[in-house]
Amino acid sequence: MRHLKLVPDHTNLDFMRWRNLAVILSTLLTIASFAYTGYRGLNLGIDFVGGQVIRVTFVQPVDVEQLRGRVLNLHLGEAAISEFGGPKSYQIRLPKPQGGDAQANVVANQVKQLITADYPGARIDAVETVSGKVSEELASDGAKAIIFAMIGIAIYIWFRFEWQFGVGALLTLAHDVSMTLGFFAFTRLQVDLNVVAAILTIVGYSLNDTVVIYDRIRENLRKYRKMAILPLLNLSLNETLARTVVTSLTVLIALGVLMAIGPEVIFGLAIAIFLGVLIGTYSSIYISSPVLVWLGVTPDSFVRLDDKEAAEKQPA
Amino acid sequence: MLEFPRWKVWLVTLVVALGVFLSLPSLLAGTPYADRWPAWLPHDKINLGLDLAGGSHLLLEADARDALKQRLQGKEDEVATELRHDPRIDISDISTAGGRLSFLVRDPTRLDAAVERVRKLTEPLQLTGKRDWDVQVVDSTRIVLTPTDSGTVQALKSAMGVARDVVRRRIDPGGTKEITVVTEGSNRILVEVPGVENPDQLKKLIGQTARLEFKLVDLEANPADVQQGRAPPGSQVLPMVDGTSFVAVKRRVMVAGDQLTDARQGFDQDGRPDINIKFNTAGAKRFARATQENVGKPFAIILDDKVLSAPNINEPILGGNAQITGSFTVQSANDLAVSLASGKLPVKLNVIEERSIGPDLGKDSIHKGVIASLIGTIGVMLFMLVTYGRFGVYANIALVVNAFLILGIMALFGATLTLPGIAGFILTIGAAVDANVLINERIREEIRRGRRLLDAVETGYREAFRAIFDANVTHVISAGIMAFFGSGPVRGFAVVLLIGVVTSVFTAVYFTRMLVALWLRRARPRELNI
Repeated sequence: MRHLKLVPDHTNLDFMRWRNLAVILSTLLTIASFAYTGYRGLNLGIDFVGGQVIRVTFVQPVDVEQLRGRVLNLHLGEAAISEFGGPKSYQIRLPKPQGGDAQANVVANQVKQLITADYPGARIDAVETVSGKVSEELASDGAKAIIFAMIGIAIYIWFRFEWQFGVGALLTLAHDVSMTLGFFAFTRLQVDLNVVAAILTIVGYSLNDTVVIYDRIRENLRKYRKMAILPLLNLSLNETLARTVVTSLTVLIALGVLMAIGPEVIFGLAIAIFLGVLIGTYSSIYISSPVLVWLGVTPDSFVRLDDKEAAEKQPA
Repeated sequence: MLEFPRWKVWLVTLVVALGVFLSLPSLLAGTPYADRWPAWLPHDKINLGLDLAGGSHLLLEADARDALKQRLQGKEDEVATELRHDPRIDISDISTAGGRLSFLVRDPTRLDAAVERVRKLTEPLQLTGKRDWDVQVVDSTRIVLTPTDSGTVQALKSAMGVARDVVRRRIDPGGTKEITVVTEGSNRILVEVPGVENPDQLKKLIGQTARLEFKLVDLEANPADVQQGRAPPGSQVLPMVDGTSFVAVKRRVMVAGDQLTDARQGFDQDGRPDINIKFNTAGAKRFARATQENVGKPFAIILDDKVLSAPNINEPILGGNAQITGSFTVQSANDLAVSLASGKLPVKLNVIEERSIGPDLGKDSIHKGVIASLIGTIGVMLFMLVTYGRFGVYANIALVVNAFLILGIMALFGATLTLPGIAGFILTIGAAVDANVLINERIREEIRRGRRLLDAVETGYREAFRAIFDANVTHVISAGIMAFFGSGPVRGFAVVLLIGVVTSVFTAVYFTRMLVALWLRRARPRELNI
C-alpha cells in the first residue's frame, strides 16, 4: 500500500527567498491589526464589560424586532438580541443595570416574566450577570495571563536554545496574538473568557511548530558547520515541512469538526484556535526563522567556547 | 530498539488497563450498563461543571461598610455590657458615627477606670504588637475607640470564615448536597450549586444578614420627633419593616439572635405563619429577666435594623421559647427560620457575579460535544491511517488509549469537566498525534538517507523526542498560567490540556515505541513501508 505523502520526498522550496516580502507584509498586517483593534475595539462580552445575558430557546422561531420592542418597553436600556446556535435560540444582552448590582436581579426577572408570559413554552437556558467590578478584574487577569504566558515561553526557549531564538519566539507570539485579536475586531465576533483561553492555547500551540523548526535548525547548525545561514534555514524548513503540514491538518480536522457541529458556546474558542493554528504555521516559517538571520545566528552560536578550545587542542 | 523487557510490557499494559477501568464509570454513566459495573472496581466519576450539569454559580463580595458597621455595633454592645459591671461608671451619648465608637463618661473621676475596662476588650494582634482597636481619651471626658487597619484586616478574615460556614448552612441545612462554598481572595465567597436553575431562592437566603435583636420600645420618646428621626439619649430610631413608620427603641439589647439554639417556621393561634425560636441557657435567662421586669410594655423584634413587630409583653417568658411575629408568608417565614438557625452573617454579602445554566442546555452541549469528539477523532485517525499505514495504526491505538487515560486521570482526581474542557479534549486529540507525526516523519527521513531499518526507527524516536519535549513544555507553561488565572470553565479547559500533555507523551512516545518494538521483533521485516 502506498501512503499519502502531502509533501513529496526531496521537496526543496526556497522559503527564505521571500522572507523580506513576507516579513514586511506580516509587519504591516500586525500593525494594521493593532490599529484596527484599537480603533474599532473588540466586541467584548459581558465577561469583560459587565452586564446581563439571558439565553432563551423558543418553541418556534420568533420575530426578533418584535422581541426587541417588547424588551425595550421594559425600559432596561439598549437590548441586543442575537441568534445563538440555531433559529430558535436567542441571546438577549442587557447593559449593566443603573441601580447597581441589586437591581440586576430585578431586571433579569422582568425579562424572564416577559418571556414566559408572551412566549409560552419558551425555555430559559441561562442567565448570566457580571458586575462592573468583576468584569474589570477578568479583563485585567486575562491580559496579564496572556502577557505572562508569552514571556514565560520566550524565556524557556531562550534557556533551551539561545537568546536569539527566545526573541524569535516572542516576536512570533506577538504576531500570532495580534492577528487573532485583529480577526476578532474585524468579524465582530464576541470576545469572552473562552476566547482568552483560546488565545492562551494559541500561545502554547502556535509555538509548537516554531519549536520543532528551531530544534531542526539547531541540529543542522551543529551538523553543517560550513553552511551559510540562509540555505541552512531553507534546509531545516524543508526537512520539517511534511511534519508541519500533517500536524496542522490533524489539529485543523479536529477543530473544524468542533466548529461545525460542536456546542455553540465554544464556537468562539474553536474558531480562535483554528485560526491561531493557521497563523502559527505561517509565522513559524516566516517570522521565527528570518528573525534568526537578523539576530546573527551562526554555527558558532551553539558551540561553546570550551568546546572550541578543546577542538583546537586536538591535532587535526 | 528491540529490547523491550517483559516487565516493561507488563507495566505499560497495567497503566493502560488502569486508565480504561478508571474512565469506564464516567463513560457508562447514564447508560443501562452503569448498574452492571462490578462493585469492587473503582467508582469515581468525572464531575460535570455547572455549564454542563446545569446549576448556579454565585460570586459574593463582603460589603466593607457593612462589615465596619457590624463590628462597631458589636463593640458597642460589648463596651456597654462591660461598663455596666461597675455601677459608678455612667456613660452617655454613645455614637458610632465616622467609623468610630465614642461615648461620654459622666463622672470624670471614673474615666481612668472606664478606659482600663475598655482596654481589656481590645486584643493584641499577632506579630505586629498592635491591638485591634485604638483607645483614646478626648477632651478628658470622652472615650473614642478607633479600629486599627490591621485589626480590620484580621476581623474581615475571621468574618469571611464565619460567613462561609453560615452560607453553607443556609443553602444546605442538612449538609447532604454537593455544593461548593469557598472563600476567594480576602473578601469573596464562591458558591456553586449544581441543579439549581433559578438562583433567586439562593440569593434570598444569602442576602439576609439575619441579625436578630430584641430591644425595648422607648415609650417616653416624643412621637413627632421619632417620625422625624430624632431619638432621646440612650435610644435610637428604627424603621418598621414595611417602611411606613418609625419606632424609637432603647439602644440596650435585651437579647440577641446569637443566643438562639433553634428556629423553625410555625403558625400562630390565628393560623398566620410565624417563627418559633429557642434560646440557649444564657439567652433564656436574659430574656426571662427582661420580660419579667417589663411586663405590659412593648418590645421590638428587630431584624437587620428593621423592626419586624413590636408586641406587648403580656407575661414573663421564662422557658426560653418565643415566637417572632410579623407579616410573613410561609416561604418568607421558612427562609428567615433557616437564616436565623444558621446564625447571622458577620458581614453583608453582595452578589457580584452570577451565572445560572439550565440543565437542558448542558445536556445539549454534552451531546454535541460527544458527537464532535467522536467525529473529530475518527477524522484524525483516518488521516493518520492513510498517511502512515501500520505506523498510523499504532498512533491511532495510542490515541484511543490516550483518551481513556485522560478520562481515567480526571475521574481519579475528581476533576471537573467543563464545556471548554470538551474543546480541550478534542484539541488534545488533534495535537497528541503530533508526537507520532514527528517520529514517523523522522523515520521516513532517516530511511531516505539510507539508514538501515532498525537504525532508522531508533534514530527517529531518539531525535524526535527533543522537539516533542520542548513543544510540550510550552503547552504546560500556557496551560499552567491559564489554570492559575482562570476560573470555572476556563480552568476546566486548562486542566484537560495539562493532563493531555502528560498522557500524550506517554502514549505517543512510550506506548507506540513498545508496539513498534514488539512488531519488529516478531515480524522481522526487511523493509519498512512508512
